Amino acid sequence: MKILVCMKQVPDTSEVTLDPITNTLIRKGVRSIINPDDKAGIEAALSLRDEIQNSEVIVVSMGPPQAEIALMETLAMGCDEAYLISDRKFGGSDTLATSTILAAALKKIGFDLIITGRQAIDGDTAQVGPQIAEHLGIPHVSYVEEFFYSDGGDEGKAMIVMRQFEDRYHKIRVKFPCLLTAISGYKEPRYLTVSGVFDADNKEIKHFGYEELKEHLDESCIGLKGSPTKVVKSYTKEQKSQGTVLKGLTNNEAVEAIMARLKEGHII
Amino acid sequence: MDFNLSNTHKLLQDFYQRFAEKEIKPLARKMDEEEKFDLELLKKMQSVGLFGIPYSKEYGGAGGDTLAYVLCMEEISKIDASSGITISVHTSLCCSCINDFGTEVQKEKYLRPLIDGRKIGCFSLTEPNAGSDAGGQQTSAVLDGDSYVLNGSKVFTTNSGFADIFIIFAVTDKAAGTDGISAFIVEAGTPGLSVGNSIPRMGIRASSNCEVAINGVRVPKENMLRREGEGFEIALKALDGGRIGIGAQSVGIAQGALNEAMHYVRERKQFGKPIAAFQNTKFKIAEMQTKIDAARLLVYRAAIAKDAKKDYSDLAAMCKLFGSEVANEVTRVCVQLLGGYGYSREYPVERMMRDAKITEIYEGTSEVMKMVIAGSLKI
Repeated sequence: MKILVCMKQVPDTSEVTLDPITNTLIRKGVRSIINPDDKAGIEAALSLRDEIQNSEVIVVSMGPPQAEIALMETLAMGCDEAYLISDRKFGGSDTLATSTILAAALKKIGFDLIITGRQAIDGDTAQVGPQIAEHLGIPHVSYVEEFFYSDGGDEGKAMIVMRQFEDRYHKIRVKFPCLLTAISGYKEPRYLTVSGVFDADNKEIKHFGYEELKEHLDESCIGLKGSPTKVVKSYTKEQKSQGTVLKGLTNNEAVEAIMARLKEGHII
Repeated sequence: MDFNLSNTHKLLQDFYQRFAEKEIKPLARKMDEEEKFDLELLKKMQSVGLFGIPYSKEYGGAGGDTLAYVLCMEEISKIDASSGITISVHTSLCCSCINDFGTEVQKEKYLRPLIDGRKIGCFSLTEPNAGSDAGGQQTSAVLDGDSYVLNGSKVFTTNSGFADIFIIFAVTDKAAGTDGISAFIVEAGTPGLSVGNSIPRMGIRASSNCEVAINGVRVPKENMLRREGEGFEIALKALDGGRIGIGAQSVGIAQGALNEAMHYVRERKQFGKPIAAFQNTKFKIAEMQTKIDAARLLVYRAAIAKDAKKDYSDLAAMCKLFGSEVANEVTRVCVQLLGGYGYSREYPVERMMRDAKITEIYEGTSEVMKMVIAGSLKI
């Protein structure tokens, strides 16, 4: 079985701290990491491979050339192959354009099962996984916490997954090919090993650019041009003060107190 | 000349860092206070391959190089110097002797389980009366049939409390001086070999460091490394390599303390502002980071020379001499920057200051390093 995992390299947002003197974000020295939900997806894929005979795990990442090191990490964890999807033409892509490009790459590589992370910690949209499934015309289940393979008798081979849903789980059976979006937390991803790193060093990371994917791509649907999302403004949220709670007042007293405060502040 | 690490080395560095923060940091203080290494942690370290980094895959090692190993020493020692020395003695002192001087049979039997993560090794050279003068060995080895019988005692043998394999040095020809010393591979549990309690120490208190009593220990002839009289050369060669690891450990201790201090001075407010805003703090931190970087480059230089199979004895001595001095100075200043909290056991910098001292002593004192360096300059 061919298991494809989509992975994004992201800044470790848990490491971004505030400079107490200038009140600005300290970005220097912030590590780049494999997006945690994607890492959960990699672990799920590797566990499935350990269980299912003749299966392989292929990792695909769209990003700048620096993302190669994250792909190397996935190889050191034990993944079989890695692809970097990178091209200047892909720059400025929003989630729709990104999923269009990724879907093209996945189609070219071929798959039985696609696993993506639920969402990336730097964007938090949770859109790319389901969008890929739509582009490819395959079913998807999002927010998957547990993955089980069923070679399933009369009903055929399928994935049985536990999907997190508000206050409960949905147990869902989904046939191949399908896409699942994984959430971190259920199972600790395995460590890479030092030996695995040196093995990864000998493996090639394959590259796909526009040229390699153009048979599956419409140029007007990728990059900045192909991105309907426009960021109008980005700014740091102003911190509001906690406010004052007035207790033990009658309704009339409360109205008077609020009006007095508003006048005091020259608001009315 | 390029000062950048390759992606392979960067990935390893990041991995060592995350492993140390996640697995070692929560245990470091407890292990220090209890003067005991956590054996579950030891197993975890073995399982990810930290005990066979610079050794060939042919025998079950990770297939890495000295640079990959010193990066590990630095990152692990940033968090806990005791964990660092546990890896270092096993790797640089014990395994290197078998890797560099062992026969195929010895490598298959002893090196493989040591570097594939099944067994732990130690190195017994120092004796109560043979420290810097390591040539003054008193432990003896006498051939009796197909085996040598060893008698004597060793002291400060790191890892000995839980080691499976000992490299023991003993005199086979008293009249020949250092040319009469031989090296033996001895299995733990061999009758007559007994390990005492860990010696109470000022720093690296979690590492196992014991006296080893050797009373009529029978070692098969085939467990001798090379030939009779070659032991001293084997020991010196192992120590040359070991010193690069101690240089890296020193850099790690220093950087670990400075990282703690930098975090603290940003948070700690006195006289209405974070103490990071005072020029004294800024200058101290700038000086310390500069010295640490200089020490790190000396470590990398020695490691790269070793990998390139060039002479590195003097380079190793320089990186250890300078690195250990930097570790001691930096940790002392960091305790000062943290003030009363630095002195308290609530913060790790006092432990790092205690741990730093040994780097000027073991695997050759600073004075011995100066002898080596001066010797290489024909002075």
